[in-house]
Amino acid sequence: MPEYMPSLSVERLCIDVGGGESRRRVVDELSFALYPGRTLGIAGESGSGKSLTSLAIMGLLPKAASVPSGAILFDHRDLLSLPEGERQALRGKRIGMIFQEPMTSLNPLLTVGQQLAETLRRHEALSRSEVRQRCRAVLDAVRMPQVDKRLAQYPHELSGGMRQRVMIAMAMLCQPEVLIADEPTTALDVTIQAQILELMRELQQQFNTSLLLITHDMGVVAEMADQVVVMNQGRMEERGTLQQVFTAPQATYTRKLLAAVPVLGSAPAPAVLGEQPVVLGVKDLSVRFALRHGWFERPRTVHAVEGVSFDLHLGETLGLVGESGCGKSSTGKALMNMLAYQGSVKLLGQELNGLQGTALQRVRRDVQMVFQDPYAALNPRKSVFDLVGEPLLIHDRMAEPERRERVAQLLQQVDLPRDALERYPHQFSGGQRQRICIARALALNPKVIIADESVSALDVSVQAQVLELLERLRAEHRLSYLFISHDMAVVERICHRVAVMYGGRIVEIGPRDKVLHNPQHPYTQRLLAAVPVPKVGHRRDFKKLLKELERPDPIKQAGFVAPPQQFAAVAADHWVALE
Amino acid sequence: MLPFICRRVAYALLILLGVTFITYLLLFLLPADPARQIAGRSATPEVVAAIRAQLGLNQPFYQQYLGYLGHLLQGDLGRSYIQRTSVSELIGARLRPSLELMGAGIGCELLIGISLGMFAALRRDSVADKLLMAFSFVGVSAPQFIAAMLFLYFFAVQLGWFPLGGYGGISHLALPALTLGLLGSGWYSRMVRSSMIEVLHQDFIRTARAKGLSRARVIFVHVLPNAIVPVIPMIGIDIGVFMGGLVVVESVFGWPGIGQLAWQSIQQIDIPVIVGVTTLSAVAIVLGNLLADLVIPLVDPRIDIKQH
Repeated sequence: MPEYMPSLSVERLCIDVGGGESRRRVVDELSFALYPGRTLGIAGESGSGKSLTSLAIMGLLPKAASVPSGAILFDHRDLLSLPEGERQALRGKRIGMIFQEPMTSLNPLLTVGQQLAETLRRHEALSRSEVRQRCRAVLDAVRMPQVDKRLAQYPHELSGGMRQRVMIAMAMLCQPEVLIADEPTTALDVTIQAQILELMRELQQQFNTSLLLITHDMGVVAEMADQVVVMNQGRMEERGTLQQVFTAPQATYTRKLLAAVPVLGSAPAPAVLGEQPVVLGVKDLSVRFALRHGWFERPRTVHAVEGVSFDLHLGETLGLVGESGCGKSSTGKALMNMLAYQGSVKLLGQELNGLQGTALQRVRRDVQMVFQDPYAALNPRKSVFDLVGEPLLIHDRMAEPERRERVAQLLQQVDLPRDALERYPHQFSGGQRQRICIARALALNPKVIIADESVSALDVSVQAQVLELLERLRAEHRLSYLFISHDMAVVERICHRVAVMYGGRIVEIGPRDKVLHNPQHPYTQRLLAAVPVPKVGHRRDFKKLLKELERPDPIKQAGFVAPPQQFAAVAADHWVALE
Repeated sequence: MLPFICRRVAYALLILLGVTFITYLLLFLLPADPARQIAGRSATPEVVAAIRAQLGLNQPFYQQYLGYLGHLLQGDLGRSYIQRTSVSELIGARLRPSLELMGAGIGCELLIGISLGMFAALRRDSVADKLLMAFSFVGVSAPQFIAAMLFLYFFAVQLGWFPLGGYGGISHLALPALTLGLLGSGWYSRMVRSSMIEVLHQDFIRTARAKGLSRARVIFVHVLPNAIVPVIPMIGIDIGVFMGGLVVVESVFGWPGIGQLAWQSIQQIDIPVIVGVTTLSAVAIVLGNLLADLVIPLVDPRIDIKQH
């Protein structure tokens, strides 16, 4: 088989959604070809039609979608004209697919073994022992530790990364010629992402699979793809080799997209703040959750945050980075007094721990929060005026005309038009909603804003704008930010100092450039080594990341006292935890 | 496992204590007088007073209740005022027919409810879906005695498919069981429909389809078990409603079960029997719920009863 024969080609594919009046074209005249052993990346922001394209190839389009024209050629046949029975026989056998959300993509009621075996039995006539053997082999291929145990486990007993390995194993069971991966690593932590990407590379080489990789992350594209298709609002903006698209992009949209992507190691040096007073002083902060226990069991607690200390200075942005479950969000919530905690948090010298009632309410106006999901953070039944004005009503009992004036002023500050006042959240895009959230946080002139993954849910171009806005507001209002994020490149863009959390503790803290460019703690090094860089010729070897780091178990017997942490100064203000 | 069951049994005993207390109190407050009922219309006040003293009805409420509880602890449910036998004997004789009808009724209910719900979910928003949901609404809201009479009239009197009533084999069982099943299935079909529509949109259904599985396998192996999970605790709760239906249906069809006994004893203000039957239904409800809680972890491995 010559390498030049495409294994799958999409020709002038159009997809419509809806019927009658509301019919809309969501994919328009899309063409590309997949070659054996090669990877094609489809990159684009939300609403670009990239996921629908993959579902069209699988024949899994939702009922509301239709394909008015185009062809998907596979093995000399047009998939679109095949009867459903034949398509079923191809799915999972010759075309496999991996989905975005490993937490919900496996049936919770069946064991991993049952779900794997089911695929195999559907497509191949094998004996029970052969099925088991093949399942074990494929789990071995995705480097699943303790294969026999895993086969008998249910999905909820596995971590996100392990579940995604199961998904890949399931898709690779019958060694398909084409593997479609729709945002396979978006929901995963960066080191897990690196592991999954590495596994996909290995499997592709081993089986000479064509990989169609759909992602919004230009870093992942640069790490994986040979060919790139850039999509925007259903249209193909650009198609070319990775080299062409990244070094000499033709379409304006591609250029804009690439310019908006934060690249780790490219941010300009942060402005020098000079000596500034401490706004928020955190000392030995610990957050614990008691676990439910039976009559005869000893009580246990989850040590979510364990002895965290840092200072946040006036006008400074401190980045708090780490993987999911490291305690960074619990830290943020404790600072807001939304969780019970031990230790001391001082705002401008005033102790916050133990505050209650009106004293707590008075302090709350100085510490505000911007959350991750702008879709869930705004009450859909309230107008923007009510949402942004509510803090003013609660804290200042401000009269209506005055409040209206103040809200309009706040909206202006976050670059929203005045007529947004009377509108409702669903009438805004994700980026605009996040601006509304920021306006709400600003309403009471806080001193500190805690931004918990505030730009993670946004598309890159919108993300860049919101980051700019945050930066401008910080300078104008002398705000201090605690910027909680898992995205190193974003942190590099906006933060003055960075603290790295792992297992509930800070393992490294210091000025941004020292921590990100000269990491000292092995965990920080590992984290940074896993970040995919959206540049050609920077392809990283993730092999060494395949080995799992030993994670400290956060569940401890009640009364457990963690040994105090020792820090060593590496450079001025740069501290690293000693093991 | 064992601590869980122990705790549940302890709760159950508390519930039963509450149930007997409330029933006893309500019957005590009732203006009807069992002594007068027994003595008959023409009895002199002296005779009525003698009967009252004999049954201990002249004692204050707490003494009557404590006396009842004392006997209950020894397994003695008391004696019927009217029928001159012990309540446990009365109930024991009628337990089997009732259990048969209950089993068949719940079976019909689940079979009809789940299959209609499934059908409606798969044909969502079609005419068939709307008709089925309208039908289930009628089923939920139709008074049981009217529905039971109608069924009896059409299927037994007019068409002659079933015997007119009474206790016997499958043919006697079928019509009352179907009546109970049809009436009760409305809740289940609505629940299964909404739960199934939710499951159909889950990511793992897409995964199952992406594996190339046939439509039937996707529905029966992946969708249905997940859609059934929220229905299981419903069955436990539903037993209470079901007991109410049993009283009506057994009376209409002349089925010699507990429901009929309850109906008769209420008419005669036969307090020991009423309390006995009420306690028994409370036991049935508690057992049903316990059973549902024990079955769920078998279907859904994410639910661990040790943590509850």
